[in-house]
Amino acid sequence: MAGGPGLRRFFEDENMATNTITVSETPLVLYALRRADDSLILGHRLSEWCGHAPTLEEDMALANIGLDLIGQARSLYGYAAEVEPREDGRSANDEDGYAYFRDAGQYRNLLLCEQPNRDFACTMVRQFFYSAFTDPYWRAMTSSSDPTLAAVAAKSEKESAYHLRHAAEWLIRLGDGTEESHARTQRAVDALWSFTGELFDADDAEDSLVADRLVVHPSAFRDIWSDTVDVGFARAGLRRPDGAWMQRGGRGGRHSEHLGPLLAEMQHLQRSHPGARW
Amino acid sequence: MSMGADLELRARVVEVLQDVVDPEIPVLSIGDLGVLRDVTVRDGTVEVAITPTYSGCPAMDMITLEIEIALARSGIGNARVRTVLSPAWTTDWMTEEGRRKLKEYGVAPPVVGAGRRALFGKDEVDCPRCGSGDTGLIAEFGSTSCKALWRCHSCREPFDYFKCH
Repeated sequence: MAGGPGLRRFFEDENMATNTITVSETPLVLYALRRADDSLILGHRLSEWCGHAPTLEEDMALANIGLDLIGQARSLYGYAAEVEPREDGRSANDEDGYAYFRDAGQYRNLLLCEQPNRDFACTMVRQFFYSAFTDPYWRAMTSSSDPTLAAVAAKSEKESAYHLRHAAEWLIRLGDGTEESHARTQRAVDALWSFTGELFDADDAEDSLVADRLVVHPSAFRDIWSDTVDVGFARAGLRRPDGAWMQRGGRGGRHSEHLGPLLAEMQHLQRSHPGARW
Repeated sequence: MSMGADLELRARVVEVLQDVVDPEIPVLSIGDLGVLRDVTVRDGTVEVAITPTYSGCPAMDMITLEIEIALARSGIGNARVRTVLSPAWTTDWMTEEGRRKLKEYGVAPPVVGAGRRALFGKDEVDCPRCGSGDTGLIAEFGSTSCKALWRCHSCREPFDYFKCH
């Protein structure tokens, strides 16, 4: 039926072709989505280890950390839905809408979070870089003038402390382990380093929230992050990369080639059977 | 409905909720655990507030369902369960009774006042079976979000430790 009326209608029907939601990205909505997307995408990456981790204990650890992150994402998506302005006649977006019906270009997560698991060393280095930021970040965010963000932060900071310790212990065990584990860990550090600069970025939208004391500027955590990383590297016998050039784009929806396939897998069921529940 | 009737209904709800347990640790009621935060009754409408132990705790949906079922079985149909995040749950809210039941069940209760550990710190946990302090961590993340896996060097038994949070 190539070119027949049925097929043409299929391509002309906007909903069939895109199936995505539109989001009114006020600064607060954008902020909540960015942090939620970080947590969801990294949480999903960790879930990919389920059944494949090197030991049973690690399988459970990675699933647990992923679960914490997806839980944090749910709270933040829920809040975005609450504060997103509603247009007349449109139903408001909800947490599942944000997660399942946005395309890669609408995702606002850090590039670091979407990087593939590759090997166990790479997964642990990615987690170490991320948690070394979120641990002090969420602790500071507990003083947000926004009660919901402060409440989400109060839960997240406790969880991040466990995630950081777990990743730091593995960083040392791997970096200071065998010749192969050291080489793999250093390779992961070198490969992921250029994605760490984005952790400390904010744009005009986020700056306006900083001015209203709703959020803390991420650049305030550069020194403490750097100290944590140096302590970890020193114990693990790892070398801090010299490269100063940093890759950016995730916060504005410009992603690496790795996000699309992740979303395809994560969203496939809801895209094929919208609203499916079990 | 009168205020007296509301108070009476609240007392019934509180009593019914004493039998609602954590599906992961069935010796603990949601009150013992500190997950149950508040019960309010206004004009015959019940609202039960619960708080998650961990953000992604999958038991929350189960606990919500069990509260609704327990209340419905007692003829209390007009009830709503609400999840609150603030203040954040802490193991300090676990009752003395809860800690005792946990230890009898074979799970080491959270160490009181241990607080946040440093990046490379260590907890000191007594074996819930033989009481020995000669124990060691096997895995930071155990069978549920709230537990870690430990082993006792004296009696050689592995055991769950309810993490300080």
